[in-house]
Amino acid sequence: MSPASPHDSRRDRHGILPWLVVPAMVFFVGFAVIPLVGVFALSFTTWDGLGEIQLSGLDSWQAVLANSELTHAVWITFLVMVASWAVQTPLSILIGTFLAGNQRYRAALAVLYFIPLLLSSAAIAITYKALLDPNFGLGDGLGIEFLAQDWLGRPTLAFSLVVFVVSWQFIPFHSLIYQGAVRQIPRSLYEAAQIDGAGRVRQFFSITLPQLKYTIITSSTLMVVGSLTFFDLIFVLTAGGPGDATRVLALDMYRRGFEADLMGPASAIAVILVLVGLVLALLLRRLGGRDASKSQFEGA
Amino acid sequence: MATQFSRRTALGLAAGVPLSLAFSACGTSGPGGGDGASYWFLSGPPQEGIRQGAVDRFNNANPDSKITTTTFQNDPYKTKIKTALGAGQAPTVIWGWGGGGLRTWVEAGQVDDLTSWFEQNPKVKDRLIDSSFGPATIDGKIYAMPCETVEPIVLYFNKRVFDDVKVDPPESWDDIMALVPKFNAKGIAPFSLGGQSRWTNMMWLEFLFDRIGGPEVFQAAFDGEKDAWSHPDAIDALTKMQELIRAKGFIEGFSSITADSNADQALLYTGRAAMMLHGSWSYGIQKEQGGDFVPSDSLGYMNFPPVDGGKGDRSNAVGNPGQYLAISAKASAEQKEVAKKFFTSGVLDEQEVKAWIDSGGVPILKGTQSELEASQNADFVSFVYDLANNAKVFAQSWDQALNPTAASALLDNIVKLFQLSISPKEFADNLNAVTNK
Repeated sequence: MSPASPHDSRRDRHGILPWLVVPAMVFFVGFAVIPLVGVFALSFTTWDGLGEIQLSGLDSWQAVLANSELTHAVWITFLVMVASWAVQTPLSILIGTFLAGNQRYRAALAVLYFIPLLLSSAAIAITYKALLDPNFGLGDGLGIEFLAQDWLGRPTLAFSLVVFVVSWQFIPFHSLIYQGAVRQIPRSLYEAAQIDGAGRVRQFFSITLPQLKYTIITSSTLMVVGSLTFFDLIFVLTAGGPGDATRVLALDMYRRGFEADLMGPASAIAVILVLVGLVLALLLRRLGGRDASKSQFEGA
Repeated sequence: MATQFSRRTALGLAAGVPLSLAFSACGTSGPGGGDGASYWFLSGPPQEGIRQGAVDRFNNANPDSKITTTTFQNDPYKTKIKTALGAGQAPTVIWGWGGGGLRTWVEAGQVDDLTSWFEQNPKVKDRLIDSSFGPATIDGKIYAMPCETVEPIVLYFNKRVFDDVKVDPPESWDDIMALVPKFNAKGIAPFSLGGQSRWTNMMWLEFLFDRIGGPEVFQAAFDGEKDAWSHPDAIDALTKMQELIRAKGFIEGFSSITADSNADQALLYTGRAAMMLHGSWSYGIQKEQGGDFVPSDSLGYMNFPPVDGGKGDRSNAVGNPGQYLAISAKASAEQKEVAKKFFTSGVLDEQEVKAWIDSGGVPILKGTQSELEASQNADFVSFVYDLANNAKVFAQSWDQALNPTAASALLDNIVKLFQLSISPKEFADNLNAVTNK
């Protein structure tokens, strides 16, 4: 406990504390709320991005919802979301648990594992694109037939590759979260389990995993909501192709807004993205149960 | 009912959405204000150096009115310039392709009308070839200064590969179809293609439409005639296109190759592909990057061959009749003065003309035959000059001619056509829905 008396801290709360939220609020309102209102308004207009903005009622929404491209983009986005979650979560938990140990070689490995976190998505995409080029890439350079496949030119391969690169990029981040969470699990739990004769695997499934419940929810929320906005990586890597095999919602929005000059429909997609993101985040919070503030450390 | 918001506020709002925040090409928004004039153009050798050279000479000669430059890759530039214009952050001098894109800028009042300026400065206008003004002219008024080079699309081929396989360059569409299995049997791709860039695929359709049905077929679609894309000649062209793709006419994996990285051209000069349809600007790139490929006279070139029974004239060309420099309406009076001074004394000055010719380009100037014939690329530049000047019809690239909405739908559907995921009829239906008036 801090030595400050309860009286002091209460005065702080009513004095300077509320003001500390102002800078964050200003940014949030300026860069999130106002633009959101703007985009919502734009979704009821016809605008080419340059000329006059004309009110057009529900035209944009009709154009978007009646188009099969939207269904396709939603489906691809959903697949990317599920696949990247399913790949990232188990690997992140395993790596995070592994790195939570205090052995020196694990600390050294941790540094290596976190390198992808330092790189920009565009750089990662350009690098992978160059390495996987069937004609001038790794496969050709090293003479390895297997690597010389048309990675980005076949729909299924290209999709799998997007999931792979996304996972490669973000697993370090989620491992970091899990590493911290595993370190917070009281040692006494493991000691008790050891006395009861539980092996490492049993300890992992009976102690580590249940104790990570809330971390899994946090990390999953970040993954799921984050996967809605994958753009830069896919844009550079495949540009949504081949055909529209990796054309996710965010990419569809960009193409319509900034290439086809259809800001109205693009705004409608943006609104859909925001709504889907909100709903998913709320759902995942629900999954965590209402007792999120309750202590997890029943044994401690 | 039409309600008008402040454009700038609205774009500011749109650009600020957290979701789209990451998408706006991050970075500085360019020197929109300030004293000096600014000029954005495309990067990549050898064109970038030539453009920069002209600006450098102008800046040296005019230390009081300098121009600052920023360069972009081809595809990112198209969206970047649009966003910048909408946000009032455009450069003083805007590089572009004219046509449908320029029309949207004009309709939004973003670029200056240069008609009267050209009337007052006939010396500037008269030295440029007349056809270059076509894409700069919107509803009878000139909104851009034509510059740089005339760029028809050319069918390139690798002579070494043709010698190795012991075959002759194609003289008709049937020849092309007959060559495909011969190259494939030797493990060489018949055609290189940077399919992810999409406009690369489009060049094929431009020629097939023209050679089979004549320029009228696309013109009808451009004019918004009902069901123009379903014209029997159009369907025939689309069907032939898919026949070539099914016959494995293009390099495997073409749909993930980008033209911006010049990988498609590398395939040709490294001998992995035998032929390639590409703009005349590709000559300079192959010369610069292909080692001794161009100097050893291994690069062959020709106009697209005719299709048997087709109505199009075999001299017809497709491509860019020039490049275009517009002046931002939002620029200050001083900036506009600097830009016009640059148009008068900087654009296509003696050294720039020489640099273009040396790189294999044909400047859009009248009466340059003797200079072309005296240059180190005499064969190629004379070929391009003749191609451009003898063409019965020199059509502008479809994606530049159409408005951006139609162009985007066109490119999207072309990719699907090349993926064989839609049939010629579906292609036609999809595009009719966009261009029907």
